[in-house]
Parts: sequence; C-alpha cells; structure tokens
Amino acid sequence: MNRWVDVCGTDDVEEEDVIEVEAGDRALAVYRSPTDTFHATDALCTHQQAHLSDGLVMGEVIECPKHNGRFNYMTGAAVRVPCLDPLTVYPVSVRDGRVLVELPAA
Amino acid sequence: MARATPPRDYSLIGPSAEAAERMGLVAAEWYHPEVARKRMKELMRRSDGPALRDTALWLTLLALTGAAGGLLWPSAWCIPCFLAYGVLYGSATDSRWHESGHGTAFKTAWMNDVLYQVASFMNMKEPTFWRWSHARHHTDTIIVGRDREIAAMRPPDLARLIVNFVGLRDAWDTMISVLRHASGRVTAEEATFIPDSERHKVYREARGWLTVYAIVIVVAVLTRSLLPLLYIGLPSLYGRWLATIFGITQHAGMAENVLDHRLNARSVRMNPVLRFLYWNMNFHVEHHMFPMVPYHALPALHAEIRDDLPEPCSSLWAAYREIVPALWRQLHDPTHFIRRELPEGASPFRPEMHDAVFERA
Repeated sequence: MNRWVDVCGTDDVEEEDVIEVEAGDRALAVYRSPTDTFHATDALCTHQQAHLSDGLVMGEVIECPKHNGRFNYMTGAAVRVPCLDPLTVYPVSVRDGRVLVELPAA
Repeated sequence: MARATPPRDYSLIGPSAEAAERMGLVAAEWYHPEVARKRMKELMRRSDGPALRDTALWLTLLALTGAAGGLLWPSAWCIPCFLAYGVLYGSATDSRWHESGHGTAFKTAWMNDVLYQVASFMNMKEPTFWRWSHARHHTDTIIVGRDREIAAMRPPDLARLIVNFVGLRDAWDTMISVLRHASGRVTAEEATFIPDSERHKVYREARGWLTVYAIVIVVAVLTRSLLPLLYIGLPSLYGRWLATIFGITQHAGMAENVLDHRLNARSVRMNPVLRFLYWNMNFHVEHHMFPMVPYHALPALHAEIRDDLPEPCSSLWAAYREIVPALWRQLHDPTHFIRRELPEGASPFRPEMHDAVFERA
C-alpha cells in the first residue's frame, strides 16, 4: 500500500525553484511552480544521474545542470535532449504548510 | 635511456575507452566551486535580450560586409569585405552554434533551435551529431577514449592543426561524414554517443545540407560566378581561422584524464571585440564547471568563483606562449602537459586525481 511521506515545509522551497530531499530510501526533487503548486520527481536526471536540484526551474520545466537537458517536472516528460527517458513523478499534497509525497509501499 | 611511450589511443571503441571505465573516469563526479543557490539562480537566469541584440548586430554585420563584397566584386576591394564576412560566417558562428546548442543563448526555446540549425550549417557541424558529441564532451571532458572533441591529441598532429586554420581537414571530414549520414549510416564510434532514436535526425539533416550545397553549386555554375560560393560554403573555410585560434586555447596542452576543469581547460582574457565574436567562451573553465550559465553572465560567474580558479591567461598571445611550447614538447614527450597553480586559499585539487594523472602521464 502506498504511503504519504512528509518531505519538507512549503517555505523550504522558493517560488520557481527546486530542492532535493530524502524520503525513506529515495532521493526526490521537490518543485514549487510559479503558480505556487508543488510537484515531486526522482532527484536524478535520467540521462547521466546529475542532481536536478542544482538545475534551473523555468515555468513547468527543470533544466539539468550537466547537459542542459530538460523535463516537464509536472508530467515527467523529457522535453529536450540529451534527456530522452522520462522522470518518475510522484503525487504531492500540501497540508498545514507541509509538502507530502505519495510513495510506493517499501 | 628513456622508456618509449606507447602512442595514445583516442578511439572511442578501443583500449582507452575500456581503461577510462576501469579508472572511474566515465560520467564521474567533477569538481566545481560552491556557489550559493540564490546567486547561482541569478547567474543561470535566461533572457532573450542579450542574444537578440548580439544576433541582430552579427546578422547586420554579415549583411553589410556581404553586400559590400558583392558590390565591389570582382575588384580587389572586395577582398577585405569578404575577409570580414568570412570571419563573421566561419568563426563567429562557432560560439553561436555552441551557446544555442546548450540552450542558453535565448530564453525562448525556438530561438535557440533556429540559431542552432543556422549556425551549425555555417559552422559545418552537423546539428544532431554534434549535439550528442558535445554532450559527451561535457560528460567526459578530455577523457581519452571518451571525448571525441580533443583538438590537440598527444602527440599533436601539427599538420592537421595548421590546415584547420582554413578548416580544410575538418571540412573534409565533415563532408565525408555528411555523405555517410545521408546514406543512412553511422560509424561504430558514432553509435557510442548517438542514440538509435536520434539517428533519423542525423540522416535527415545530412540530406538537407547536401541539397543546399547542390543548389549553391548549381547557381554558381549557371551564373558562371564564384560569388554564390563566397557567400555560402567557402566562408566556412576562408573565415575559419579565428575560430581555430579560439578553439585551440580551450584545452590544448592541458591535462588529460582528470576530473577537475581547472586542470584540463583554459580561460583567457580577451578584449570586447573578441568576446563579442566568441560570446565569452574565453571563460572556458567557468563554462565547463557551470554550463547552465548563459554566455552573457560568464564574466559575472568568473568574478564569483575566481578565487578558486587558476589565473586566466592574460591574453591570446599569453595563451599561445604556453600552448606552442607545450605542443612542441608533446611531439617528443606525450606525457608532458601544463600544470596549473591555484591561488592561495582555493580548494585544492583532489590529490587522488592530481597525483594519479602525474603517474599516468
């Protein structure tokens, strides 16, 4: 059964930015969009495993810091080479100033 | 008696490629200075303004020098006009190709894509092929057996370097490559960095290029004039010299098989005119450390991290004063390379990498 994991406070992520968090045995990237919605994906780029939290959030897109590949962090779709494989995205809920991410059962 | 050094194998599918894997040099963690996230976001911020301004100026200069060359043709007065046109066409495009390939020239994606396709053609770098090649260059910078963009190998091929001042060898290789790709084939080496799903683009672009070249040649034949080729095609050769001068400074003579761009790349101070033509790629160490920073923010990035970097060469002249002797020595001693000193207080080189490269050299 899936579980909801409290990963950070809403204030921990600046608007149009991303941070990396640990959630159980996973590293996640948590995004705050320009419209103040929160999203979560795997923390590492599917191309060469760079940390996306060092990248740049532009609207709905995260750009990888290593090769400038891009993903839509809301859908996980790879939108610019050299990224080809999609990112895994996770459902997110915001409650009482906290960001919760739904993870598969351990 | 000195021990003979076996020739280095720069193939992407040979023993060096396997050795790079074994040594942990493939897709490894590279050193870069710590920059506060808030400041880094400022430096990475994209904007259309600077590249629109610089591209408009570049295109205007191309149009003016090209028009003047055409009006003055065939008198000797057209020569300086075409020399200027050639540099704008055959040299300034290299940095435009590079920056738009990273997607950092403009904020707007389609502008980067348009500039990338145009500049790739003028620069004689096949767009999709070089996009993947350059991704590899950033993954495994100057790692022997992994990086196909090592301009000065050891021992250096001086003849190749010299003829490339007019782009001859690269242009020849490119035309062979275009013909191969137009026929729907990649080599075993190319297959190591161009994914299957991207190869149809390589083939389509090659066929498009051949069509353009064929049209220009037909027009030149029909008009019995060299002018069409002086505008399209030949400037990639006669205007190439400055891009070659710039390009050699990036890594030539520096260490191979290290995971610290302070050891394998070179930054060079240049005047504003050269920096306009080169789009600030003279800050090459900085670019490799943070490829997300647009060209117009590289001077600010340099100021931010300069305390952690070796002092840049003070000029192109100063750069070549260290490059030429180093390449000359590498003709006889391929283990030689230029060793960088760090300023006091800078993060030290990782000893396991720094010492290891000396032993491997």
